[in-house]
Amino acid sequence: VCIHRVRSCSSIRFIKSKYVCVFDKSALKFSDQQRLFRTSAVSCGQIVQFKLSDIGEGITEVTVKEWYIKEGDSVSQFDSICEVQSDKASVTITSRYDGVIRKLHYSIDDIAFVGKPLVDIEIDASKGVAAEEDVVETPPMSHDEHTHQEIKGHKTLATPAVRRLAMENNIKLSEVVGTGKDNRILKEDILNYLAKQTGAILPLSPKAEIIPPLPKSETVPAAPKDKARKIPTPISRPIVFSGKDKTEPVTGFQKAMVKTMSAALKIPHFGYCDEIDLTQLVQLREELKPLAEVRGVKLSFMPFFIKAASLGLLQYPILNASLDENCQNVTYKAAHNIGVAMDTEQGLIVPNVKNVQVCSVFDIASELNRLQSLGSAGQLGTSDLTGGTFTLSNIGTIGGTYAKPVILPPEVAIGALGKIQVLPRFNGKGEVFKAQIMNVSWSADHRIIDGATMARFSNLWKSYLENPASMLLDLK
Amino acid sequence: MVLQPSLKNCLWLSCILRTPKAGFRSTASGALIIQSVSNDVYQNLAVEDWIHDHMDLEKRPILFLWRNSPAVVIGRHQNPWQECNLRLLRQKNIKLARRRSGGGTVYHDLGNINLTFFTTRKKYERMENLKLVVKALKALRPQLNVHVSDRYDILLDRQYKISGTAAKLGRTSAYHHCTLLCNADKFILSSVLKSPYKGLKSNATPSVSASVKNLFEEDPSLTSEMLLDAIVKEYATQHQTDHHITLMNPADETLLPGIINKTKELQTWEWVYGKTPKFSVSTCLNMVYKDSVLDVKVNMDVKHGRIEGCNIDLPEQWLPPALYSELVKSLTGCKFCPNETTTLATTLLRVCPQDDELHSRWNLLCENMVMLM
Repeated sequence: VCIHRVRSCSSIRFIKSKYVCVFDKSALKFSDQQRLFRTSAVSCGQIVQFKLSDIGEGITEVTVKEWYIKEGDSVSQFDSICEVQSDKASVTITSRYDGVIRKLHYSIDDIAFVGKPLVDIEIDASKGVAAEEDVVETPPMSHDEHTHQEIKGHKTLATPAVRRLAMENNIKLSEVVGTGKDNRILKEDILNYLAKQTGAILPLSPKAEIIPPLPKSETVPAAPKDKARKIPTPISRPIVFSGKDKTEPVTGFQKAMVKTMSAALKIPHFGYCDEIDLTQLVQLREELKPLAEVRGVKLSFMPFFIKAASLGLLQYPILNASLDENCQNVTYKAAHNIGVAMDTEQGLIVPNVKNVQVCSVFDIASELNRLQSLGSAGQLGTSDLTGGTFTLSNIGTIGGTYAKPVILPPEVAIGALGKIQVLPRFNGKGEVFKAQIMNVSWSADHRIIDGATMARFSNLWKSYLENPASMLLDLK
Repeated sequence: MVLQPSLKNCLWLSCILRTPKAGFRSTASGALIIQSVSNDVYQNLAVEDWIHDHMDLEKRPILFLWRNSPAVVIGRHQNPWQECNLRLLRQKNIKLARRRSGGGTVYHDLGNINLTFFTTRKKYERMENLKLVVKALKALRPQLNVHVSDRYDILLDRQYKISGTAAKLGRTSAYHHCTLLCNADKFILSSVLKSPYKGLKSNATPSVSASVKNLFEEDPSLTSEMLLDAIVKEYATQHQTDHHITLMNPADETLLPGIINKTKELQTWEWVYGKTPKFSVSTCLNMVYKDSVLDVKVNMDVKHGRIEGCNIDLPEQWLPPALYSELVKSLTGCKFCPNETTTLATTLLRVCPQDDELHSRWNLLCENMVMLM
């Protein structure tokens, strides 16, 4: 005999006349087992105590681990209420009713008892009368629930939420095919019924079964039927956007960025932009890439940009300086710790390559590799992220041409590099040729740096990159 | 109303019994055996979620077979800082996942088989499943001394744990999954499952450590494939179904609509770390600074994986008070995560006075704090 939770409802009077003998027989069978048998009639606006139902395996108590709702929240039937744990099993408890949560009987980490109230729910006023009955048994028992509703002489099994959905859409439940247990009508059955009426294409029903690779032919006969059904005129529905604004506090790293950028705002920025012809550098890199690879290093363009910047800073050290808080003193930094802006999951981080003034292009490339792999793994350390004196941002790897970079305090200058584009340019002979063009946008602190200095630095940097051989002369 | 099988034959029920018109019918009856082609722990956990949420297990219970590349999997209500060596995981690039079932922490690699038994909630029965596995093992190697303990572990020679169990129960469906150690790396297993973090106080489910052994050590002729095959055979026999394994690709969004979102959710920081029950850290940092060692007491409360309150007992004036309170204020709401803390502290340093001494103290403190995470 399969034991299910017993429920009585107002309509039991109707069936009692037909099935009373069966009912009595089974009642006799059950009487020798330990049971608590309660009948309660529930009416609109009434507060119902939702008891913790049986977990199975003879378990009588569980630990409440997480609440998904709080007092005052509205819940629908089958919404998750809380997560409880018992002996390595995590159980999601769902609501039996539509309504509003009025009281939580346990706090997190409390022990909850099977059969005792878990939450108090104020039943939705629009629900009408539904009666519930609980049976609690100590030996392992099966768990089942459904609500009977009598509609036009048919006993149609459907939950109150489903009935409401049908009512709202003017659907006769008797016309809907139920695919749930005992032909109960589920929400998806209503949706399927609606889809057929409107010819709408629904997302796959939640109760879909996986069809194993073999019997694909099953779906074919269904198709022509569906096509035929698409002809009826679609019912136009107003488009409802149910998106909601989401507010989150600004915390952690974001908070720090807010502080830093607000401080950066105080710096009077000026910009200077130019275009660099990288045709020769592109060729050079192609030649050097395999050599670096043999040594286990990936060679990008950045090491060249960084080294050229350092050579420029040797001539114009004010760009590698720092202005103190009161603008009283300028400190010329000896080390060229050139920061490289990196885009990670978290956002913008700027690790720096230390002492570029004594590094070769290969050294810089190798260090960049290390910083990049640490950066993507989220494992950069404090020394990698502090002590920067000058920054380059290669935004061109994502896209863009000209930019307006923001100086990172306590530095006084920054450069943003756009993407490399193949563009037509005139050479010395007046002929058009294919040039690899990249744009650079500098920003500098106008309190201590003037336009002329920035321009001259940029020209020098540009000349090193446009004619890489000239770098050899000045390499330290 | 009491539902007995006889009632189903009653007239009024048969009146409304209709054949479903379209789609979603059982193409076959009987149990289904599915094996994942992926070794990605997140994808495989997502498949479990998907089956649990979307499949009707009434007529078709399912056995799901899966293996993962190196990963540590913690239970739903556990604290990863308490359970494993997160620093070592990061170093060795071992993934960390939080599953939706309860229970303790396990280490997975390709030498470990995972079995998930999906049933309706009514038919949830862990002992039966484990006895099935033991029966399969004994059929394969009769001399194996394996049995199911009352903690739902499978023990070898009454001593060594070769399988651990966990379960998830929903409204209508349930699953019970367990591991099986065939040939996993025991050395890495023991080192990653040892937490170095001190001073943690929490109500998270603790793991119970046990001596483990691989079946391969007991009988070197055994392979994962043989064990899988034996279990599938036994399952097929007991469920009277074909010994046929359906291969499943957990990345197939057409077959499993919504699977990509489920996979993504399992990988979010909010799920893996943020679901940690509230805990507190109360410990002492031993900071080596200029030939002396400073003992710095630290107290932190962590909720949803974020620092809720923080108190660092530094020597007076070691950091300017204004900066110290700025640091503490910024740490509030920050993820209890080395990366977030480091980037936060180093970014904040940009707006501090440019003093080398201050910078080195600040960095030292930050590095020590990060060691707690």
